[in-house]
Amino acid sequence: MPLQSLDIVRRSATTLPSPSVREPAAGAVAKLIDTTKCIGCKACQVACMEWNDLRDEIGTNVGGYQIPHDLTDKSWTLMRFAEYENPKGDLEWLIRKDGCMHCQDPGCLKACPSPGAIVQYSNGIVDFMEENCIGCGYCVTGCPFDIPRISKRDHKAYKCTLCSDRVAVGLEPACIKACPTGALVFGTKEDMRGHAAERVADLKSRGFEHAGLYDPSGVGGTHVMYVLHHADQPQLYNGLPHNPQVSPVVRLWKGLSKPTALGIMALTALAGFFHFIRVGRNEVTDADEAAAARLDGAAPSPATPPSQEKRT
Amino acid sequence: MSQEPNSPDTIIRYTAAVRTNHWIVAIGFVLAALSGMALFHPALFWLSELFGGGPWTRILHPYVGLVMVVAFLFLATTVWTDNRMQPRDWTWLKRWRDVVNNREEDLPEVGRYNGGQKLLFLLMVLCLAGLLLSGISIWRAYFGLYLSVGVIRVASALHALCALVLICGIIVHIYAAVWVKGSVHAMTRGTVTRGWAFKHHRAWLRETRHAGNSRPRPD
Repeated sequence: MPLQSLDIVRRSATTLPSPSVREPAAGAVAKLIDTTKCIGCKACQVACMEWNDLRDEIGTNVGGYQIPHDLTDKSWTLMRFAEYENPKGDLEWLIRKDGCMHCQDPGCLKACPSPGAIVQYSNGIVDFMEENCIGCGYCVTGCPFDIPRISKRDHKAYKCTLCSDRVAVGLEPACIKACPTGALVFGTKEDMRGHAAERVADLKSRGFEHAGLYDPSGVGGTHVMYVLHHADQPQLYNGLPHNPQVSPVVRLWKGLSKPTALGIMALTALAGFFHFIRVGRNEVTDADEAAAARLDGAAPSPATPPSQEKRT
Repeated sequence: MSQEPNSPDTIIRYTAAVRTNHWIVAIGFVLAALSGMALFHPALFWLSELFGGGPWTRILHPYVGLVMVVAFLFLATTVWTDNRMQPRDWTWLKRWRDVVNNREEDLPEVGRYNGGQKLLFLLMVLCLAGLLLSGISIWRAYFGLYLSVGVIRVASALHALCALVLICGIIVHIYAAVWVKGSVHAMTRGTVTRGWAFKHHRAWLRETRHAGNSRPRPD
């Protein structure tokens, strides 16, 4: 069976294992985004458009560098520009390439009710299978990073695929290919962590004492990681969450509540069944009819006035 | 609409209008529950095939729910006053062991609805209000852009909780109708025997006797 995926470790709304014999020998992959090297040229955005054949609508210029203004169903990656005045009074231009973080513990996949609409490959990539998507938007509800977007045209959810089609055949993602400064690098997660450690050591030696790697453990780590000058304040980078995790409400809704609710419904129905078996139906006897007739007076005639229907 | 008069043996319990209203709510409930459960648990996703697949289930479910809620609103206004709790209903409820064991000798007389029915009615009102508000919040096609993700997360969980309580309540409601013989006939053909009214809703039977010559409202 050509083109069959044998490397699926997680599949939405599926309780049994998926075909997963194929494991990446080199381990999971990761994209490292070094915000300290980014010059905001948007080559990555253009490369994403080109490789994925996406052309977003032309937006309006509101006097900023951030175009488009937000991720959309057709803009899967976006440079977010933040102007930060540091305590010394200097301006810092913090530019962050936003897009799917490819969480190890993906909230979107957890929330998705449609079997196989979201999968996670053994290399760590989280991918939407739009043909199985029903357009409910639960992935948006589950995502801690506000990434998925529902198309107004086809009501399917879209986001960065980490170029799963390129990675599957040994190529690096399109954005990596286009980056002119080496701010974007791609490889095994292990290698990327090693590379990030060198970058962080270098930054610290140059006065960025809070430089660090953003690989949040609240979502089991991510397969898209950032090197930040201010790793202690990720929210400076256009609201990158400090300690992202799948919301406890979503975990409850999509976790324990599912089997519990089915169990309660089944028990309620069973209680009725066994009540029927043990106690049986409550039936009107002739004695009741006779008593009712006595209550009604001697002999009710056909001329008995019709009862008043109360508030019908 | 023709109104069958009370006969010597039977009393009208539900007019044709009320029966129609009830069954619109009931059909709406069944469709909303089946489509909702398809989206709630992966083991029940196959139920979406009944509605033409996953996307159609997602599209239809909110509209079906709205029809149910609107129809229930009419039904609720019809039966509202008869469902106010009275002291005798609490006594009736306290003796629930006698109730479930078909021992009715020591139970207080019951009006048009018993304490259990009244509690269930209250539960349905609360659940449907919760389902309506949370359901609108998570109706992404129309309202997805207006609420924060935090609100939508809580609404999603609340929607499932209200649905669970409502579904269990309706299971009890359906079983009670099967259990108390004559109830299904009341809601399908409209009438109950005088003996049935004497046994299950004696105070209501007395009220209908004292209602004098007033005629049923033409529907």
